[in-house]
This record gives sequence, C-alpha cells and structure tokens, in this order.
Amino acid sequence: MFREESGRLAATLVSTLGTFELAEEILQDALVVALERWPVDGIPRDPAAWLLIVARRRAIDLLRRDIRYRDKLAELDRPSAHEIDDRLRLIFTCCHPALSREAQVVLTLRTVCGFSVAEIANAFLASEATIAQRLVRARRKIAQAGIPYRVPVNDELDERLSEVLAVLYLVFNEGYLTSAGDRPERRDLTVDAEWLAGLLARLMPDEPEVLGFLALIRLHRARAEARFDARGRLVLLRDQDRSRWDRSAIGKAGELLLEAGRLRRPGSYQIQAAIVACHAEANSWEATDWPQILALYNELLWLAPSPVASLNRAIAVRYVEGPSTALAAVDALAPTLGRYHLFHATRAELLRDLGRPGEARLADEQALALTANPAERALLEHRLG
Amino acid sequence: MKYMLMFCRDEGAGPSWEQMSPEAQAQLGGQIGRWHAENASRIIDKGHRLGASSMATTVRHKEGGAIVTDGPFVEGKEVVSGYVIADVPDLDDALRLAKTFPACSTVEIRPLTDQP
Repeated sequence: MFREESGRLAATLVSTLGTFELAEEILQDALVVALERWPVDGIPRDPAAWLLIVARRRAIDLLRRDIRYRDKLAELDRPSAHEIDDRLRLIFTCCHPALSREAQVVLTLRTVCGFSVAEIANAFLASEATIAQRLVRARRKIAQAGIPYRVPVNDELDERLSEVLAVLYLVFNEGYLTSAGDRPERRDLTVDAEWLAGLLARLMPDEPEVLGFLALIRLHRARAEARFDARGRLVLLRDQDRSRWDRSAIGKAGELLLEAGRLRRPGSYQIQAAIVACHAEANSWEATDWPQILALYNELLWLAPSPVASLNRAIAVRYVEGPSTALAAVDALAPTLGRYHLFHATRAELLRDLGRPGEARLADEQALALTANPAERALLEHRLG
Repeated sequence: MKYMLMFCRDEGAGPSWEQMSPEAQAQLGGQIGRWHAENASRIIDKGHRLGASSMATTVRHKEGGAIVTDGPFVEGKEVVSGYVIADVPDLDDALRLAKTFPACSTVEIRPLTDQP
C-alpha cells in the first residue's frame, strides 16, 4: 500500500511544487507523522487519504511561508486530474539518460516505490551513507543540469522508454539473482520490479515493449518457486521441478504477450519474453521447442545484438546443431565475455557434453573465480565436487 | 537555462579543418551554417571553432610559479574543437541541439552557473 500511495503522492507533490527536494521532504514528514501517530491512534480507515491530507497541510504551511511559492498554493488545493501523467513523468524523470544508471535506480526506488534509504542500502549491499549521497547527487544533477519533469514525446519516447525498462530490468535482476534464503529481511526486488512494470503497463497500455517486458517479468516470477532447492542452492532450468511452476500465471503472461504482438511493433523485450514463454510452456526440458527458441534468438540478435544473448543462443544451438557447433559459437565470444562467469560455465557444460571432463573442470573453476553470488558459487562448487 | 555545448572530435580520425579540401570545407561549413540558422533562437553565442590541439598552450600553477607547456591540458584522443552557448528551457532541448550538430562525434553539455 505504501508503495502505491507514496509513489502517487510524490508524483502529485513534484508536479505541483515543481521541485523534487521539497516534495521529498514533505512526503518524508507525512510518513514520519504516520509512523508516530498510527501505533497510538490506530491505523486510519483510509490511510492513503490520511497521508495525503497531512502532506497537503504541510505543503500549504511551507508554501505560505515562502513567497516564491504563493501562486502554487491554489494549485495544491485542487485535486490532481492528471494523476496518470504525473506518475509517468516521475518515472521518466527518474530514468533520464543524463543520470547514471545507479542514480536512476536509487531515485526510482525511493521516489516511485517509496523505498527507505535503509531498504535500498540493504537491497544493494551498500552503506546507507553511500545511498543517501547518491540520492543527493542525483537530485542536484536534476536541478542544476535542468533535467525536465515531463514524459518525452514522439521520436524521443522509444529511446527514453528503453532507458526506463533497462532500469526496471536491473532492479528485477538484482532481486532475481539472490536467494530469499540468503537475507530474509531483504525486500524482494522482483516483487517491486513487477509492480513497477505493471504500473507502466497500466499507464502505457499501447506500448508493446512495455507489455512484453511485463510478460517477461511475470514469466520469470511464475517459475521462482522451483529455482532454489530446500538448501537454498540454485537449480538449473533443466533440473527444475516444473510442477512447482505457476501454470496459471504462465498462461496469463502468454496472453499478455499475444496482446503485445497484436500491436505489430516487435522489440527485444517481446522477443525475450517469447523465448522464456517457450521454455515455460514446455512440460519438460526434453519437450522444449529448441528450433523455435533458436529462431527467436536469431531475431533477437538481429534486432538487439549483445554478447550475452549470443551466449544464450549457443545453448539453443547445442540442441539443434550439436555441442561441437555450439562450442565454436561460444569460443568466438571469448574476447568480449572472458570475464563473465556464465561464459565459462556454459563452456564447461559443452565440454562435458563432448566428453572432455578435464577441460570442463578448468572452465568451471574459471567460472567460480568470477562470481561472488552465493547461490551460483554453491552450484559450481557442487559440480567441482 | 544556459548551457555551453563543447564539440569534441577525435583528432586521429579523419582530416582536420585545415587538411580538408575547399570543397569539403564548403560542404561542412554549409551544414554547420544551416544548423546555426535553424537554431538561431536557441543559441545566444555562436562561439568559435578552436585552433587544433597542437596549437594549444597550457599553464599549470604550482608551488613557486607557473609551468607553461605545449599542448592541451588533457592528453587524449578526443579534444574540444569548438563551442556554442545556448539558452533553452531545459536539458532535453540542449540534447536535441547536440544531437543535430553535423560536425563532430562527441558533444559535452555543461550548464552555466552564476558563480564566479
């Protein structure tokens, strides 16, 4: 609830006050008052309205005192008719390309999702001081460099939208790659990423990449239960217990993807979602439609070439053309992916398939040396015996 | 908001202005002229093309005096080759200016401040 309401409130406040910092302050004040009063007075019947009233009161107070803001007073008293616009503007501003990716992430989590500084610090294993400083610098950049508070139009929208989706995907992956068992007190970023993606889809229902992105996130989350075993170890897709997959969610995500497809504007997130959907719809690893997946990867690489996508394509190549061809394709990526642990882990798989266990072992060791992620390390250590 | 747009080029890639043929200079000059014409309302100082980095001289203040050396202050492939000052509502407008400039590979956009 807090996430939904604080985002909406922040958007309204930024819109009427025209400054991030003041809006932030007011929002913080309102939340502090809530945290002080609710345990004593009880949670109000309509917490959102309560927060809004407190925030407005405080804003009006501040505005009255500051002559520069007098003309904004009238605006604040009127309920915002442009709520949808405000939240979109907030998201696009937080994800402006003039801000560093780190700045985009902390701003989005703080302002749109209502994360506290402590929660962000905990999620990214950083100190609160670092996160607080990152936020200060980001807001300063917005003010001093003149980053506008608006939804980009026309020819700029596609490029700016892909920036937003990149930020959301980063948030999702940060949460996805960590086992909940590791740090149970940590907020599940995959839930927040899905919420953000859902919000974006509600605000921009005619953007196929947004729908595709939401489908992608939902397909990943639908299979989350099977990703870790009872001991918190990562389970490879091929070994996952598919009865633990949420088939209903998978079906719905598939429909969302079809809806995106009807808009007839293919894009990289739609294709990535289609690839995951292919896996998700297979009843077993053996039943996977690998030729279809390979075709989709070829399309993806044509549209949005990337070394990691090439690496993942090689796994499909292995099942369509054999491990020898696949290994050649992977080896060709060595110049770009030599420091990427999954490059070595994939080589190890293929070398094992080709009956070269000594080299496979070396590759697994190289992979282990390149990742700090506890779940992945456990898997690799187990493989090395 | 006022911004300085610093146009940068890789001096190793392609001919410098002086090395270009008159025809090539005329063509590029024409493109730049058109850009200035289209954006006249946004540019408050049309700036200059700077001399090549080999024509630069750098002064470094140190304890006990100043050291004068030949060349730009940062040794790098890309050097500032020109600038304009723009006055536009926000960064997105400055970005549009930078994206449409025809004559360089990189543009740095810095807001101007009122401080000394």
